[in-house]
Amino acid sequence: MSTPQHPLVLGIESSCDETGIGIVRGTQLLANTVSSSMDEHVRFGGVIPEIAARAHLEAFVPTLEQALAEADVTLEEIDAIAVTSGPGLAGALMVGVAAAKALALATGKPLYGINHLVAHVGVGVLEGTVLPPTFGALLVSGGHTEILKVTSLTNDVQLLGATIDDAAGEAYDKTARLLGLGYPGGPAIDKAAKDGDKKAFRFPRGLSLPKFVGSAEEPGKHRNNFSFSGLKTAVARCVEHFEAAGEPIPVADIAASFQEAVVDVITSKAVRAMQEHGLKTLLLGGGVAANTRLRELLAARCASAGITLVVPPFSLCTDNGGMVAALGAQLVAAGAEPSGLDFATDSSQPVTNIVLEPRG
Amino acid sequence: MPNYLSIDTSAHASVALVDYTTGSVIAQRTSPKGNDQTETLASYVRDMLEENNEEGKNLAGIFVGVGPGPFTGLRVGLVAARTFGFVWNVPVHGIMSLHALAERVLRSGENPKEFVVASDARRKELYWARYDAEGKLLDGPHVSAATELPVLPVYGVGAGLYKEQLESVGSQPRERSFDWVIDARHLAHRGMDDLASGLDLSDTAPQYLRESDAQVPAFMKKAKA
Ligand SMILES: [Zn+2]
Repeated sequence: MSTPQHPLVLGIESSCDETGIGIVRGTQLLANTVSSSMDEHVRFGGVIPEIAARAHLEAFVPTLEQALAEADVTLEEIDAIAVTSGPGLAGALMVGVAAAKALALATGKPLYGINHLVAHVGVGVLEGTVLPPTFGALLVSGGHTEILKVTSLTNDVQLLGATIDDAAGEAYDKTARLLGLGYPGGPAIDKAAKDGDKKAFRFPRGLSLPKFVGSAEEPGKHRNNFSFSGLKTAVARCVEHFEAAGEPIPVADIAASFQEAVVDVITSKAVRAMQEHGLKTLLLGGGVAANTRLRELLAARCASAGITLVVPPFSLCTDNGGMVAALGAQLVAAGAEPSGLDFATDSSQPVTNIVLEPRG
Repeated sequence: MPNYLSIDTSAHASVALVDYTTGSVIAQRTSPKGNDQTETLASYVRDMLEENNEEGKNLAGIFVGVGPGPFTGLRVGLVAARTFGFVWNVPVHGIMSLHALAERVLRSGENPKEFVVASDARRKELYWARYDAEGKLLDGPHVSAATELPVLPVYGVGAGLYKEQLESVGSQPRERSFDWVIDARHLAHRGMDDLASGLDLSDTAPQYLRESDAQVPAFMKKAKA
């Protein structure tokens, strides 16, 4: 049974290439159905927004039916509906939001337009995981790279740092293309790197110079920010160098060295941000959480800094509806006001905007 | 008596509630803008149902325009109609959106032997289709530059947008139709006629007419080679 503290919430996610519908009762995950258009993007080497949006339209009702069957609940039993309103790809977000509004209207249930990034953190409450009142989060995926400070999941989340150009996952995709390793780049590079020497090449760690970083007392503008465009250029030059010399490209060594550069800068900046903000727990989210080297180095650095690392199961780290439902359930339990039916999507919705206010 | 709900978002967000037996329009609403489908459609439907004491599950069916139209707006109507149909358990009937303009031509007292209807496809092109005097589709839907339309009377917003180009090739853009946007009421009328003639309207696949514009990048071709 659902209670005010354990509402039954259906969550809808469509911000990128996954159509996700999840159903949560309080902090218990009942269903998490994901339909991905990833295969359709492979030949392009990256997500094509229009292809993703077309796929969302076709996937929505079948995914909804499957999630309801899996959770063994009816639409009448649902207490509320939550949908990702942003950030994400505008055309993709609009399909999910239009569908969510239709569903809310047809069922008479309240609708919450919620923040995708905060939803990534929201999965942390599922399946018995207990998080302290205040904690940090590191989100790494094809679409985002952020460090967050979470004081309250439902009303106080702060952005400590983010990428100023490519997301980490995008850098993986682009580098995988350069090395002819295919798409998606994350798993491909992770695999190739296993046979490589991560010290073979010293690739740049973006925004690590003192002028960007500053000190704890006088932090530089980009102390907690990331940049991966310079790294991508350095890898391209390295590949060109071997090509020009007519030598075979040392793919494994480049992959390992590239991965080390990404993972080194992400983990060191994240751990430093936790220390400087007095945060003792770090939650890792986003699709790149599956990366073995990222998990290994982050675990080691958290351990030596005395920080507890929480990594949700992989199916909850990639984009999914369960995370939207999880955050939705927290918001309903906290008495948040529904967003109504008139809100617009916000492809750059800031993390401080956890749930959209009703318009008008 | 049950009513039909009609939805088209291929141009502007447009909704109508139409009597099942007489086809008379009980209520209708069309946005003045062409880019606010996500924001407006659901509340238009809610207000229209509430104001007319209509319950979704009692509807006779839902008509939805399947385009052609700008992709993002078009999908809003389609995903909403399919979702309403699923939750309320009522049939959803797909209708090519340009039929709404053809229906309007026939109901406006115009009686051209053959004619073309056109709506805005952006990127300096029109979505268009050609009909006979009874409203039978002869050709289309297509997307092309205005100068490639058949040399016939042309109706709809598209005719006004490209008046000079159409005239330059001998087409006859009809001035009184320059503000005729594809709307849900005319869509419903066409849908009711088509259902009465026994047509199968169960396909609600969008008529995009254009590819996704995605190009396989050179480096992917290279990586594959
Ligand atoms: Zn994500």
